[in-house]
Amino acid sequence: MYRYDEFDAAFVRSRTAQFRDQVARRLAGEISEEQFRPLRLHNGLYLQLHAYMLRVAIPYGVLSARQLEQLARIARKHDRGYGHFTTRTNIQFHWARLEETPDVLDLLADVDMHAIQTSGNCIRNTTTDPYAGVAIDEIEDPRVWAEIIRQWSTVHPEFLFLPRKFKIAITGAAEDRAAILYHDIGMRIVKGKGGETGFAIYVGGGQGRTPYVAEELRSFLPKEQLLSYLEAIMRVYNLHGRRDNLYKSRIKVLVKALGIEEFRRQVEEEWSKIDHVSIDLPQEEYDRIAAYFAPLPLVPGPITDAGVEKRRREDASFDSWVRNNVLPHRVAGHVIVNILLKEPGKVPGDATADQMEAVAALARAYGHDEIRVTYQQNLVLPNVALVDLVKVYDGLVAAGVAVGNYELITDIISCPGLDYCNLANARSIPVALEIAKRFADQSVAEDIGRLRLNVSGCINACGHHHSGNIGILGVDKKGTEHYQITLGGSPGDDAEVGTILGPSFPAEAVPDAIETIVATYRAHRREGEVFLATYRRIGQAPFKEALYGAPNSGASSRKQLQEA
Amino acid sequence: MPIYRGGAFVDDTWRVLGDDEVADRGAHVIVSLERWRSEPQLRTGNVGVILRAGEEPDVIADGLVDAPLIVITFAKFTDGRGYSVARALRERHAFKGEIRATGDVLLDQIPLMLRCGFDAFEITHGPTIAALGRGYLPGLALSYQRPVGGSRRYSTVVRPSQASRQVAQEQNDGAGQA
Repeated sequence: MYRYDEFDAAFVRSRTAQFRDQVARRLAGEISEEQFRPLRLHNGLYLQLHAYMLRVAIPYGVLSARQLEQLARIARKHDRGYGHFTTRTNIQFHWARLEETPDVLDLLADVDMHAIQTSGNCIRNTTTDPYAGVAIDEIEDPRVWAEIIRQWSTVHPEFLFLPRKFKIAITGAAEDRAAILYHDIGMRIVKGKGGETGFAIYVGGGQGRTPYVAEELRSFLPKEQLLSYLEAIMRVYNLHGRRDNLYKSRIKVLVKALGIEEFRRQVEEEWSKIDHVSIDLPQEEYDRIAAYFAPLPLVPGPITDAGVEKRRREDASFDSWVRNNVLPHRVAGHVIVNILLKEPGKVPGDATADQMEAVAALARAYGHDEIRVTYQQNLVLPNVALVDLVKVYDGLVAAGVAVGNYELITDIISCPGLDYCNLANARSIPVALEIAKRFADQSVAEDIGRLRLNVSGCINACGHHHSGNIGILGVDKKGTEHYQITLGGSPGDDAEVGTILGPSFPAEAVPDAIETIVATYRAHRREGEVFLATYRRIGQAPFKEALYGAPNSGASSRKQLQEA
Repeated sequence: MPIYRGGAFVDDTWRVLGDDEVADRGAHVIVSLERWRSEPQLRTGNVGVILRAGEEPDVIADGLVDAPLIVITFAKFTDGRGYSVARALRERHAFKGEIRATGDVLLDQIPLMLRCGFDAFEITHGPTIAALGRGYLPGLALSYQRPVGGSRRYSTVVRPSQASRQVAQEQNDGAGQA
């Protein structure tokens, strides 16, 4: 993984010093709160319902054991003993104090970390495939480019006051595990006609109030020209994105208003006028960064292990965990281990300081010192030898993070909701917890199979409900918390925005409604068909009827449900 | 009003001319882009142009390349369009005149503006004037991006691997650092 050189280290130190000074000037009254706001947002400090929240960047979701241990230390010393991993693969501390923030930033700088541009109307953390560098279906490691984008976008003087926040995702694999089509810019590493690698570029995806799947902007961009091309996109957006209406200021609205052809024409024109040589990365700098991501010297081993097989026969929980959470690795005798932060009764994405330290210790002992954070708010040990798998599992059991529900209905993505966030209309976490409880029986969850369930507490869609196979959106209905259900969303290669099923439900009726939807799927599914496939085959009607009654009796059953 | 330029406040020799005011012969005046376009005879004198927030001139067609001064307005400090306008002027058009920021110009954005090619600032915010008056400008001394041509007055160290090119560029520009 990438290590800071002297330049990077000096950069984050000087950034921390700069913010320390800005905080002091704010406290002295030299800067108004309005003037201070973007400065603190650019350093990850966000004002929530009860307190400041500090969002720490985990660039493209990659952590070392030492870094995760430092996050645990910060959780203990500066928060209430836990942190919350986000859908941008960052970590949030929900109880930060303004005066202490510069000290926290210093602690981060001690381990090559920062909180730069984790909030505000600027280019945010680039996300990528959590299995980058180890996935079997990978064309090229996207982390190299994610790191290049990190450096290029860090305090880029032209693009810190964009119309709105800006999110980039990149994948280098055949299967998109980074939801690139739901990003302002999505990038896919592809092979060109001559076998050379480059990027397919998509633009204008996003969730929020108006969800869009990104459109293709360019089918092939030579990779060495990436930064100049990104600058062209950013400049067109910075100059022409709407600034009069917060809800219409994302690039997706500009792309829709102009049409993709006109937007493409403007980008290409801008790009033709940019001096590529002064912006695109010199080869030696690419080589310097790429060297950090060279494959680990793993020794191939046997593809089965007697100890693992024996334990699987004897221990149903272990067997289920292996079946669901453990994925094949590029090097024989190794596996990818998904660690789910989705224990029943626990807030999705939350980890205690003890859990962070336990995972860090396992990564150091058995995982080549590397941890990944996923946008599904889970962790990954990407390099585990099969012979160590039982020891890793036992360590996770001891830490209370050994549930085996990867990509099952209980692997819920949820935003913090009204419990923490001042934007929310409704609580998200209690709804997610209640649903998880209904499907806590692992054999039931496994029988249901792959099903993505997402909960957002408001239309800003931080829980990605639009891309959930089942999406739940908190709305305010005459002062009470209600929840709208959407079906058929998908984040991957077949990205699609879910469709609203019907009138919303009060909180207490949501778990029943989800059970009804799942029962309808199980009644209609064909052999081997996952939820999304069944939904796409049979459409909305059977689900609607099961929930709201037959079309002609809709009104009465709707009334019944609302009063339930 | 004094102008902050080259690390110090200096007297402003320029005056913004109303659209119905007549320009005195030889005076340094600033006119709107509309007036600049409609009265080409102005372009030979000491006349600068002020752009409203978000106004994008057609630099070549409008004959702005040789203007001595272009003023870019920030209606709000959070409106970042002016950064792109300035950078395009310097990089694409090799604009050599003064690029001045006016409007909601605050201390913490001035280093970013310098890096985008601005070199003069009209400031009304009291604490910003006071801080600059004591010689205080809280920018980062390091940068991942190469400096924009024309922003050489602002000292930044860029990535070592790009430094050789930076040195070459500065030698071409024939200028040191402030």
